[in-house]
Amino acid sequence: MFFEKYDPLKEEMFAVLDKDGKVINKDEEPDIDDETLLKMYRTMVLARVADVKALQFQRQGRMLTFAPVQGQEACQIGPMAASDTKDWLVPAFREAAAMLYKGVTLEQSYLYWYGNERGSQFDEGVNVLPVNVPIGSQVNHAAGIAYASKILEKGESVFTYIGDGGTSHGEFHEGVNFGAVYDVPMITIIQNNQYAISTPRAQATKAKTLAQKAIAYGIPGIQVDGNDVLAMYRVAQEALKRARNGEGPTLIEAFTYRLGPHTTSDDPSIYRSDEEVEEWKTKDPLIRFRKYLSNKKLWNQEKEDKLQEEMKQYVIKTFKKVEKTGQYGPDDVFDFNYETMPKDLKKQKEDYLAYLKESEGE
Amino acid sequence: MATLTLLGAINHTLEQQMEKDKSVVVFGEDAGFEGGVFRVTAGLQKKFGKDRVFDTPIAEAGIIGAGVGMAINGLRPVAEIQFSGFMFPGYNQIAMHMARMRNRSRGKYSVPMVLRMPYGGGVRALEHHSESLETLFAHIPGLKLVIPSTPYDAKGLLTAAIKDNDPVIYFEPKKIYRAFKQEVPEEEYTVEIGKARVVQEGSDVTVVSWGAMMRDTLKAIESLKDEGISVEVIDLRTIAPMDSETVVESVKKTGRFLVVHEAVKTLGIGAELISRVNEGAFFHLEAQPVRLTSPDITVPLPKGEHHHIVDQKRIAQAIKKLANFE
Ligand SMILES: Cc1ncc(C[n+]2csc(CCOP(=O)(O)OP(=O)(O)O)c2C)c(N)n1
Repeated sequence: MFFEKYDPLKEEMFAVLDKDGKVINKDEEPDIDDETLLKMYRTMVLARVADVKALQFQRQGRMLTFAPVQGQEACQIGPMAASDTKDWLVPAFREAAAMLYKGVTLEQSYLYWYGNERGSQFDEGVNVLPVNVPIGSQVNHAAGIAYASKILEKGESVFTYIGDGGTSHGEFHEGVNFGAVYDVPMITIIQNNQYAISTPRAQATKAKTLAQKAIAYGIPGIQVDGNDVLAMYRVAQEALKRARNGEGPTLIEAFTYRLGPHTTSDDPSIYRSDEEVEEWKTKDPLIRFRKYLSNKKLWNQEKEDKLQEEMKQYVIKTFKKVEKTGQYGPDDVFDFNYETMPKDLKKQKEDYLAYLKESEGE
Repeated sequence: MATLTLLGAINHTLEQQMEKDKSVVVFGEDAGFEGGVFRVTAGLQKKFGKDRVFDTPIAEAGIIGAGVGMAINGLRPVAEIQFSGFMFPGYNQIAMHMARMRNRSRGKYSVPMVLRMPYGGGVRALEHHSESLETLFAHIPGLKLVIPSTPYDAKGLLTAAIKDNDPVIYFEPKKIYRAFKQEVPEEEYTVEIGKARVVQEGSDVTVVSWGAMMRDTLKAIESLKDEGISVEVIDLRTIAPMDSETVVESVKKTGRFLVVHEAVKTLGIGAELISRVNEGAFFHLEAQPVRLTSPDITVPLPKGEHHHIVDQKRIAQAIKKLANFE
């Protein structure tokens, strides 16, 4: 019944908090226990600090190209906090915060962006797919995972993420449509961060909102203030209800902003103004949530300073570890292509190892 | 004459062709306003306007398929795929339509289109940004595939590609986009598609390569200059249609053949070249032909890349072995 109240054609934006962290939609304020609220905030701060530090490491030539998540923490932490451990996360490539919440370790996350596949070898019980670079393709995986969950009666729901630009892709259409046709437990979250590299959202589609796209698939669609972690939590909760009741997929447009560059290879000053960025900084999802927690007497400056310092130390320590363990032997490139290495590839590996040995002394 | 990088030569050529031919249009993801993620199309939108130079939605099937339509109806599209690894969603359009329209319509429709894409590794890029997918295009009848390794050829091949009435895939070796400069004539000229270039004549060993690997090959040969090996070096430049003649004639002279490429071994372009050498110069061979390629493995993330792409040292070693084989 929840989604029926929000007609995507009316172009309303669902929100719970205003930008000062005040509750403006009391009826929809989710009932979240203190422990979870604090875990959500801690993970948001971890993701932010990891991001800021990684940018510094990258500028020092110690980190490779990566896709910063800054500004989009709320669209990721809200839904993940609403999910169960067994629910899946099928990310695109800018979901570091969501991945951390679902149990990917910071070391793994850093390893991946450091250029090592071991960063995608997540722990047992962490139902998260590796970072997905080819735009849109993950949406079809999500549909399939959800389909399997349904017919195998696993009770798992599936979250997938995509960017505003990604909604132009054929695979977005195919995946959302596939999921809708079979009423699978799938929740697609579009992070509308206003740009696809340099291309503004308005050039990706003529649709007025991205949530409206749901209409054509015959599923609910809703536009949400993506910098409001409680709104994101609340909407995900309702989408999960649908998924678990066998009512099918939901499409969520999280209206947000990428505060950082597209990747560390990008120069955003070519296509957007400083004023625009500054304006969005006032809507920072972390500040808003912190104020909410302070109002609830769960947070204060002292705790904030302590957490910031703790996370900084943790992030630095983890990155230094990755610099040590992130190097790469020949086994790593050969041994995971098949379950059993074919004879022909074995021979190629032997030849390569022989070459390495032979050239050792040179 | 201007001194240009490979990237600069492509930009200059696009500008020149757009000026000369109103039917040339340029588009791709971020290719308009920003001028592409590598800035290959920088300045073109400003000069020629948004109708002729534009950003597309992220949709490779759309970019390529709409390009086919434009080409059928009077335009000469030069479309960009942001990285060659992202052509896969558009591969359907390439294989089903771009390559076949002439044949299907018995010549009524043709697709005078150029599909540009940066390709290749060695730049510590993200996943799916470092592939060498030559074979996937060379294996489709109806397509041409060119790969410049110098600014001069970049201009000549692109000009030829734009003027060609058949579809041309234009691979840009991004590793050497800005690696060095070369004098490039200001006036229009073409480099014939389907013609390899003998970079250096020699009598002991024939070495064929292309793209960024050409640079490593030349450096390897330079490192061997005191070994007394006379190497004939060929830059294949066009992968399809393949210039067997230049290669075969060279092997007839040297009797020894090495091909170096970035792509994986099985069914790589090296396999095709060795077949042609066997067919054309079998009785001149003094040693078994050798291909130096990546092993048959998935392109690793940057930290593993050095196990994938052969380097200068390995090329030098292979040339030495081949020259000394008795
Ligand atoms: C199929 C495919 N085409 C092109 C790219 C190159 N690319 C990487 S990110 C990106 C823009 C994505 O924009 P959006 O979907 O809005 O997500 P955001 O980066 O803003 O998070 C592009 C074009 C790609 N990764 N995959």
